[in-house]
Amino acid sequence: MYKKILVPVDLAHLDRLDRALTVAADLARHWGATVVYAGVGGTAPGPEAPTPEAYAARLHDFAAAQAAQRGIATASHPVISHDAAVEANRLLLQAIDRTGADLVVMATHAPSLLDWVFASHGGYLAEHAPVSVMLVR
Amino acid sequence: MTDQPTTPEETPEVEPIPDPEGPTEIIETDYQIGQDNVASRFVLEFDVHQPVFTVSALVIVAFTFLTMAFQTELEPAFTGLRDWLTGNLGWFFLLSGNVFVLLCLGLIVSPLGRVRLGGPGATPDYGYVGWFSMLFAAGMGIGLMFYGVSEPMSHFSTAFGGVSVGEDGLRTDWAPLGGAEGDADEAVRLGMAATIFHWGLHPWAIYAIVALALALFSYNKGLPLTLRSCFYPILGERVWGWPGHVIDILAIFATIFGLATSLGIGAQQAAAGLGFLFGLGTGSGMLVFLIVFITAIAIVSILRGLDGGVKVLSEINMGLAALLLLFVIAVGPTVAILTGFFDNLLAYGQYLPALSMPFGRDDANFAAGWTAFYWAWWISWSPFVGMFIARVSRGRTVREFLVAVLIVPSVLSVLWMTALGGTAIAQVLQDGFTGAQDAALELKLFQMLTQLPLTAITSLIGIVLVVVFFVTSSDSGSLVIDTIAAGGKVNAPVPQRVFWATFEGLVAVALLLGGGLAALQAMAVSTGLPFTLVLLAACWAIVKGLMAEPRPG
Repeated sequence: MYKKILVPVDLAHLDRLDRALTVAADLARHWGATVVYAGVGGTAPGPEAPTPEAYAARLHDFAAAQAAQRGIATASHPVISHDAAVEANRLLLQAIDRTGADLVVMATHAPSLLDWVFASHGGYLAEHAPVSVMLVR
Repeated sequence: MTDQPTTPEETPEVEPIPDPEGPTEIIETDYQIGQDNVASRFVLEFDVHQPVFTVSALVIVAFTFLTMAFQTELEPAFTGLRDWLTGNLGWFFLLSGNVFVLLCLGLIVSPLGRVRLGGPGATPDYGYVGWFSMLFAAGMGIGLMFYGVSEPMSHFSTAFGGVSVGEDGLRTDWAPLGGAEGDADEAVRLGMAATIFHWGLHPWAIYAIVALALALFSYNKGLPLTLRSCFYPILGERVWGWPGHVIDILAIFATIFGLATSLGIGAQQAAAGLGFLFGLGTGSGMLVFLIVFITAIAIVSILRGLDGGVKVLSEINMGLAALLLLFVIAVGPTVAILTGFFDNLLAYGQYLPALSMPFGRDDANFAAGWTAFYWAWWISWSPFVGMFIARVSRGRTVREFLVAVLIVPSVLSVLWMTALGGTAIAQVLQDGFTGAQDAALELKLFQMLTQLPLTAITSLIGIVLVVVFFVTSSDSGSLVIDTIAAGGKVNAPVPQRVFWATFEGLVAVALLLGGGLAALQAMAVSTGLPFTLVLLAACWAIVKGLMAEPRPG
């Protein structure tokens, strides 16, 4: 049913992603789908990597490690932005289109009052994405 | 970017790694960006560098309250400190300014100019129009609005007045160099040369040094985008400790007080313009309204991000400023402005060696009160402007970067000063209209415009320009402060930028109502001295850093 599952990842906070990664891998095995890990990196050095190339390489390695660990087909989709904090939502939406993903699985935090003002990335994607979005809390 | 499939059957080693942007000399350090940060979710998500954020926030609050509580005691102390610095160490500011200009010009022609910021394969983040607009709006947009008419006028008047010597043998006049007593043509040339000197190569060289050092150590060396990174070649791993904290805290301090005082003064000027045009009041209520209004627009701009906010607003303002400039050239003394442009450039070249001479100056009032003050002021602004310029200049070569940051804005400043200041001076000399000459600082531009057609429209454009330049300053300032306070993390949560913009607005309102703007401005200018040392060190770091980079033909 699904062929390509997009999983947005934050390389600086991999510890928070475990549940979403497991769910995505289980679904991928079930449907025989490829999991594409999308990450938004900055042009300036960040905690994830000192350069955009290093960021892309790290995401690539992460995808490879997931493939080996979970026995699924994976790919990586790095996106580089000069204002990642603001642009992440829009770029992730674009990534769905660019990768041709038909399902998004992503980790998100429990909603709070402030999400009315500053929507979470997951909330934004669920609202705007043309494909199914599964938010893992 | 394209996908890189990695199926379980393949090994990661044979996979195509994304096209590298070329080799750069990455500095290996054990420091992890964000390692000293506290990140959590307390009402809002936040991620800040613990010592830098805590100390600077506390110091800012403490200073704001202290200057308000003890303004009569502190204001003379702060202005005294500033005057002592510019008076006694003026030579040091002037000498350093010359070093920065010479280094920038040297780098443009040297082979080091071929190094590309972000690695040999990096591509520019922004096109020329957006890039120039942002450089200009951040660098001096607002200053050109205020001083475009008033500064050429001041220097012309004092030069025309000639030299006067007090009883103690010291000069009491403020004329640049030897003045040009009674010689109107020469007084205009000297006045324009002095103005261009203050708004030309030197200020932009100061910005360029900071911006280049930050961009180089961040994009090419992989260190966090914060001021302390420029010190890595000198301090080594110690920059991640307290020596680095102090540099970053000073940068935040200078930026927020520079911004808050500018916001306060800007609100006064916008209010003066509105009062002039529509007869609205210029009382405290109006000023607070303007600050809240400007801050609110800035927050909207912040939420739209770099591309949707600052860049768009800078481009709009660039367009408006160009319209105003072309209008003044077209309906003002067109031929005089166009020939004046080249004449003033020549005058600048002719007087530059004398004006930039750090030692043995007769015109102590001018050299200390104008030039050294300006240099301290530009330098205290340089962490903010330099960091913003670095943020938008990735992918340019050093040569391209320096030509764009140094030469282009200088030439534009000459044209701007010639058109606005030249028109106002021509009004005095040819029409006998002294409205602009006699008006208060914030009204000179509007007085000059009354002598041209369509006054209502051009004045309104003037006010809009002032307001929007403040919005972009507040927005880009918040971005810069937030990055420094987050230990060089550029993708800290956006609500933090909103916090800083609000904080700037609050400090400005508090100081405006409680008094103390002048005291804090003097304080902000005084940070120019420590930063001059920072910049001189950055010069050395730039050359050393560039030598280690590959220089493709």
